[in-house]
Amino acid sequence: MVMFDYLIEHRDRVWELTVEHLQLTLLAVGFALPVAIVLALLIVRFKPLNLPVLGTLGVVYTIPSLAAFAFLIPVVGIGRQPALIVLASYAQLFLVRNIATGLRGVDPAVLEAARGMGMAPWQIALRVQFPLALPVIIAGIRIALVTTISLATIAAWINAGGLGELLFNGITRNNQSMIWAGTLAVTALALLADQVMRLLERMTAVSRARRAVG
Amino acid sequence: MTSGDAIASSPRPASHVPRPDATASSIRFDHVSKQFRGNQPPAVDDVSLEIEPGEFVVLLGPSGCGKTTLLKMVNRLYEPTGGQILIDGRPVSGMSTTTLRRGIGYVIQQTGLFPHMRVADNVAVVPKLLGWGRGQIRERVDELLDLVGLPAQEYRRRYPAQLSGGQQQRVGLARALAANPTTLLMDEPFGALDAITRSRLQAELRQIHNRLGQTVLFVTHDIEEAVRLADRIVIMRGGNVVQFDTPLQIVMHPADEFVSDLVGAGDVLRRLSLVPVMAAAQPLEGTLPEHPVIAASADLRTALALLLEERADRLTVIDDDGHPVGTLDLSAIETAGIAPVPEEQDAARW
Repeated sequence: MVMFDYLIEHRDRVWELTVEHLQLTLLAVGFALPVAIVLALLIVRFKPLNLPVLGTLGVVYTIPSLAAFAFLIPVVGIGRQPALIVLASYAQLFLVRNIATGLRGVDPAVLEAARGMGMAPWQIALRVQFPLALPVIIAGIRIALVTTISLATIAAWINAGGLGELLFNGITRNNQSMIWAGTLAVTALALLADQVMRLLERMTAVSRARRAVG
Repeated sequence: MTSGDAIASSPRPASHVPRPDATASSIRFDHVSKQFRGNQPPAVDDVSLEIEPGEFVVLLGPSGCGKTTLLKMVNRLYEPTGGQILIDGRPVSGMSTTTLRRGIGYVIQQTGLFPHMRVADNVAVVPKLLGWGRGQIRERVDELLDLVGLPAQEYRRRYPAQLSGGQQQRVGLARALAANPTTLLMDEPFGALDAITRSRLQAELRQIHNRLGQTVLFVTHDIEEAVRLADRIVIMRGGNVVQFDTPLQIVMHPADEFVSDLVGAGDVLRRLSLVPVMAAAQPLEGTLPEHPVIAASADLRTALALLLEERADRLTVIDDDGHPVGTLDLSAIETAGIAPVPEEQDAARW
């Protein structure tokens, strides 16, 4: 069957590209996350920044990814580096939005109690704010991962590697089986990332407390 | 001497005597003001108060009178814009906020329990901050849960959302008491509870206070609650203290019409509920026929209800050990209840 031919015959190559693809995705989201946390803290703390920051990230997200890669070629060349920049920028929107929403969703009375009991600001952040916001934050990371996995296929166009190679090569060589292999692998990767993150969501203290209530 | 004075001079149970098992702090407000930015009249305006160690003081007044602002300046959730607050003679402004707050129990209306932590972990927050050992914390948590009427075995591992409103507030109280604070700040803690739960918790809070003896500052707008709980009541209006006195004095001698209206000084039943039976009892004379008995520490409102229920003309007053110490009849209750009240409209009623 043409769908699985390439996948089976060249499974070592597909596996290699899948690992590369996953690395690219994790690196991009990994770089994006600390930046997103800082941005989210800023817009939660300084309300007037909310609209400009989220607006800018929204606009960034609407730039066609192919164009974004093309624009970066004269600046940083081709390869992994520009791919990571673009992917990390695209991931910002979901990350910042969800982290900020999660932090804002924490009951002010809970924060007041925490302050009133003598918790230092960093203790409040680490033991109260972030744990309570965690399910929403993890949901943001989940969406960011899934979108990045999908977007990263385009990165192959600037030689960043990953499963996109199978798609681009398949198209140029008119090799249906190769395109199928790339598509199936990307889809599987996205579904896997989604499930893993859902599992993590369920393991948070908030989710455990919710389940206990039933 | 008026009968009002006679009643006033009979002391309330002296619950502000420091207990051996806990220490209590004195709190002094020294010309304290708070002016929020852009808000023309100050929320708190030059308030000076002396609160004795172990006293249960209720801050009472309509919303916006500054009572909560005054409370939150004690643990520095708000900083005063004028004057200073001293705990045991030390200005709170000179202490680090975290150290200060860890030594003060804090209970708020919405409980503020951490929803992602079990009951035991909620209660353990401050002891953990203070670096207590694990065994010590566990022991303390169990002790406190039992104290607030939530058997530790059953409730330790529950989450706040698995508890009723009243139970949540019990946990809130246990959490505030966890590290043996010498002061307890309570901001309308029972305001969101139904009437039955509220009065049960009021009674238990009073018991707990009698046992532990911390200084308590308690904010409410509910006069019944204030009267039931307070050793002394601070009545506030527009950022100022209008009157600071015992519930009995405030009801018998309201400082002005605002206080009189606020506390319902014209309400004879309320006044009776503030006068202990002993203050109106007559001495024993000879041997008496069987009368229904009432405790000397009960209030006259209870005594009146008992008289009416039992269709008796006289009650025998007994002390804590059950020995008869006096008698009480309707005319004695009447005399105690109809103390002079300054307002004309009240006088006209009689």
